[in-house]
Amino acid sequence: MALERWFRRQRPTRGDDDATPAGLWVKCSACHTQLYRKDLVAHHFVCKECGHHERMPVTARIAMLADEGSFEPWSGAVRPVDALGFVDVEPYADRLAAVQQKAGRPDAIVTGAALIEGERVALAVMDFQFLGGSMGSVVGEEIARAAERAAEEERALVMVAASGGARMQEGALSLMQMAKTTVALEGLASRRLPYVSVLTDPTTGGVTASFATLGDVIFAEPDALICFAGPRVIQQTIKQDLPAGFQRAEFLLRKGMIDDVVPRGELKRRLATVIGLLRAGAAMAPGTLPAGA
Amino acid sequence: MALPFEKPIADLEAKIREMQAYADEQQVDLTEEISLLQQRLERLTRETFAHLTRWQRVLVARAPGRPTALDHVAAFVDGFVELHGDRALGDDPALVAGLGRVDGAGVVVLAQQKGRDTKENIHRNFGMAHPSGYRKAMRMMEMADKFGLAVVALIDTPGAYPGIAAEEQGQAWVIAESIRRMSRLRVPAVAVVVGEGGSGGALAIGVANRVLILENAVYSVISPESCAAIRWRDAAEAPRAAEALKLTSADLLEQGVVDEVVAEPLGGAHKDPAAAVAATAAAVRAALAGLRGLGGDEIVRSRAERFRHMGRMLVDSA
Repeated sequence: MALERWFRRQRPTRGDDDATPAGLWVKCSACHTQLYRKDLVAHHFVCKECGHHERMPVTARIAMLADEGSFEPWSGAVRPVDALGFVDVEPYADRLAAVQQKAGRPDAIVTGAALIEGERVALAVMDFQFLGGSMGSVVGEEIARAAERAAEEERALVMVAASGGARMQEGALSLMQMAKTTVALEGLASRRLPYVSVLTDPTTGGVTASFATLGDVIFAEPDALICFAGPRVIQQTIKQDLPAGFQRAEFLLRKGMIDDVVPRGELKRRLATVIGLLRAGAAMAPGTLPAGA
Repeated sequence: MALPFEKPIADLEAKIREMQAYADEQQVDLTEEISLLQQRLERLTRETFAHLTRWQRVLVARAPGRPTALDHVAAFVDGFVELHGDRALGDDPALVAGLGRVDGAGVVVLAQQKGRDTKENIHRNFGMAHPSGYRKAMRMMEMADKFGLAVVALIDTPGAYPGIAAEEQGQAWVIAESIRRMSRLRVPAVAVVVGEGGSGGALAIGVANRVLILENAVYSVISPESCAAIRWRDAAEAPRAAEALKLTSADLLEQGVVDEVVAEPLGGAHKDPAAAVAATAAAVRAALAGLRGLGGDEIVRSRAERFRHMGRMLVDSA
């Protein structure tokens, strides 16, 4: 099985399931109910008491969305460099090395080919545990490559976003990834291939302000924080309290910014359904549209 | 009003003025002395500006008296006509749009405008656009495509405005949409960072075929203050953050983020605004001329290519 092979490849580094606290029992971060860890994992990291969606490790996300044994990884052939020699309280190069070791992957994203209820997709999943899922040159490149390969292989693209935004340690080059990922999506558009974006907690900054909100269909997970500027930045700017639920998925649904809030348990089915519907167009002859049409 | 590091320059200038006044008053010839001081002044200014720290460049980029985007527009656009409104929510004075001519050919102008004084700054929201501003920009991009007009975008913003209404109206969505809209332009686009290029709010109108930057302008993924607040947990560390972010024109040229640096007059654009806007005008004209004659497909392809290759990484050959 491809997925198992991929899991094996991660060894001997620790898998990202370690992102959840070790031990038999864990506490729901919303209602504080003690949950049996195995149950929480079996419920896709959703609290069975209050329905709170905990942040989900990348491997578990892929296992949840991809049909069994269908995932074939694409990412991993590009590795980040410290192009600016960025040092704050700790050198970026050291931070990178430490988090790479812990995560067992070169950067904050995994992409690959998968089937979702039989629909052929390219699946990209961002890793919030990896430097806050921030987008530097490598995350941008993996997204661009996944979008381009999806177009070549006539696959839909499913993006599961989770990110603090552009990675400041790579400076303006990170900012440019917003444009890079955007132009790389054009091949999908011109071939009429669906791009579905799933915004998970949290999706912010330059990621929200680029590929993550350019989906033909945009879903969000319940209560996910989704914004351009973070709540603290806004509070500091306007010196006022923010309305309840501000910048949460349900709020954005009411404001008309996303297509739906989809509970995790229904996500796979919903993705397959909309991709199937978008690919069921019979009104137009198959062919390509010019970019920009 | 002098910037902190400009104090020795300002002092010397004052001394020269004083000596000139004394000479005039007392009818004595101090030409030689004054000329010597002026040479010293030029040396001092040259020295100072050749060795500015990155943080000092940030201060120059934000200096009062620095030409604003519309000051530059006045210098290279003939017959500028401002067009208002996004046709949906309102009109955003932080992002000015309009039509005009450059070397006889029609252009669409997009300009992020800071105020020249406090009152105008409040009106302009310090150059921080709301979603309405980006919607207006996109509407003008449509117009540019429809009528075959080149787009000239002048970037000068601390960033897109972080406020409640801005978030509710989809600030992230319009920036993403504007990046995409601009990347699809079938007409040539030239962007010039004239002051502050603040993150996504700047890039939203920065997806151009040629990206220029003024010598003392900066372009960054995050402001030094915000970066310092996050990375050092202290906004006062902004000077160190500016160093780390490598956000000066020379840095950006080296990173391949910009194509060309427009030299500023000695002492910075605020010292000689007329010379600064003239230099920008010449550079924009040359950039537009260089893109003339390209077909729509080629324009889209080469622009996409420019951005597709942004970044530094190691690629495994396997």
